[in-house]
Amino acid sequence: MTKVVDRSPLTFYERTYLPAILEGIKVTARHFARTVQGNNTAKDLSGGYYPETPWKVAEGYRGAPYLVRDQDGATKCVSCQLCEFVCPPKAIKITPPGPDGQAADRANAEKMPREFEINMLRCIFCGLCQEVCPEEAIFLQRDYSLTGLSREEMVYNKEKLLRLGGVHAGVQKWKNKAEEAKAQETFPVKV
Amino acid sequence: MIEDLLSQPTVQFAVFSAVKIGVVFAVVMTFVAYAVLVERKVSAFIQDRVGPNRTAPPLALKIPVIGRLLQSWGMFQPMADGLKFMLKEDFTPSYVRKVYFWLAPAITVIPAFLTLCVIPFGSNLGDQKMVIADLDVGILYTFGIVSLGVYGIVLAGYASNSKYPFLGGIRSSAQMISYEIAMGMSVVTLFLIVGDLNLSKVIQWQVDHGWLVFYQPVSFVIFLVAAFAETNRLPFDLPESETELVGGYHTEYSSMKFALFFLGEYANMIASSAMMVTLFFGGWSLPFLGAPATGLLGGLVHIGVFLAKMIVLMVVFIWVRWMLPRFRYDQLMDLGWRRFIPLALVNIVATALAVAAFNR
Repeated sequence: MTKVVDRSPLTFYERTYLPAILEGIKVTARHFARTVQGNNTAKDLSGGYYPETPWKVAEGYRGAPYLVRDQDGATKCVSCQLCEFVCPPKAIKITPPGPDGQAADRANAEKMPREFEINMLRCIFCGLCQEVCPEEAIFLQRDYSLTGLSREEMVYNKEKLLRLGGVHAGVQKWKNKAEEAKAQETFPVKV
Repeated sequence: MIEDLLSQPTVQFAVFSAVKIGVVFAVVMTFVAYAVLVERKVSAFIQDRVGPNRTAPPLALKIPVIGRLLQSWGMFQPMADGLKFMLKEDFTPSYVRKVYFWLAPAITVIPAFLTLCVIPFGSNLGDQKMVIADLDVGILYTFGIVSLGVYGIVLAGYASNSKYPFLGGIRSSAQMISYEIAMGMSVVTLFLIVGDLNLSKVIQWQVDHGWLVFYQPVSFVIFLVAAFAETNRLPFDLPESETELVGGYHTEYSSMKFALFFLGEYANMIASSAMMVTLFFGGWSLPFLGAPATGLLGGLVHIGVFLAKMIVLMVVFIWVRWMLPRFRYDQLMDLGWRRFIPLALVNIVATALAVAAFNR
């Protein structure tokens, strides 16, 4: 169906700005009256004002990035450092395990970071780390109000990030690979 | 000795004038502070927010119910604001023209206060007329002083020596010049009708014949719009226009120097509201409270009436700021030169003819 857009020139009455001003009075008066009666956006969304009543965060909100564990409680990060490279404000700093570092939590995963630090004072919550991660190991989560008493406190280390991040149930890539490899050892192959 | 001195009329005049100046200054400063609060509250309410409702000195919260109530109304916010302005670092960038940079805020704020001295804010209090200077050329004086206000802004733009303040200064000079003409011409009709330039006489005429806004609605509309332009308020805040000019002429200013610009804007608002009340809404008079007061109570009531009318107009100023978007620059000039000036001229001619026919 075609919709014809009316492009007739403004009438004299409209060019006096009066209808626009009247409409403006109506809109502002409506909002003013509504707020004076005690309703406003903060009340609608979470039933109160911010510091006392925290804001209700919607599902899918992208706040601070945290590391996650898989279903078996193993660190998912494999220390590939893609997030460190992509991070625009250079908030992420990964210390790889090195040639004789600690083995990965998961069987078959090559390695995991010795230390993983996110400086939350630098982080801009852009989500590029989540986007670039090949292991689904880092996610922007629902925390938005990060506070601390010192700069050092705002650098979150691996242990803290994992604790805050919780478990993310996803495809267990390396576990499947291990099972496939195990299945290869017997003949005929049964997968 | 002192009694001799006080019995001389000139000394009495000086003393009473000084007292009036002091009181008016204090009242205006309070009004400025609380106008800012009202502005913030009204803007918050219009935008579905709550506005300042946290500030309170610890002792004030000890008062049972009232303390909390005042806190939620933000009544202590102006004090915190003022304190903040005084304690902030007064930073002077290295590239500014220092003398003019220091001069500009003063030149902005002084005319704003000077206009207030011819406004009759009450009839009588005891033997004293409630006006600081009862000039016979009151309105001419006002226009002369008001047009000085533009120098502060232009100078601020020039002294800042950077592009956005400079653009703001240029815009404001163009805008103020174009609207001053329309504003001046809109009040000519009033004096055709009243036949006197003294503002006290204008009020007296309105006491006798009714408010001038009913005789000259067109003049009032022109004056109102021009007042918005003169005070640099939305929808005509082209000199500031945060979104285009990063604050305009006061971009480079901080601390108390910035506060003086702020003060100047609100003092101008108060001055033009007071002017409109005087010229169009009968000043301190009400239809049933016309006679100049003889007692103390009557005088205070008249001052109250004047302040009430002024507050209503200030709320209009504030409300409009949060209602209308900013005009584009060419629209602004178009409205000033091609709409209001011809309209004001036609209005003058029509009024002159009507007055001539009526007085025949």
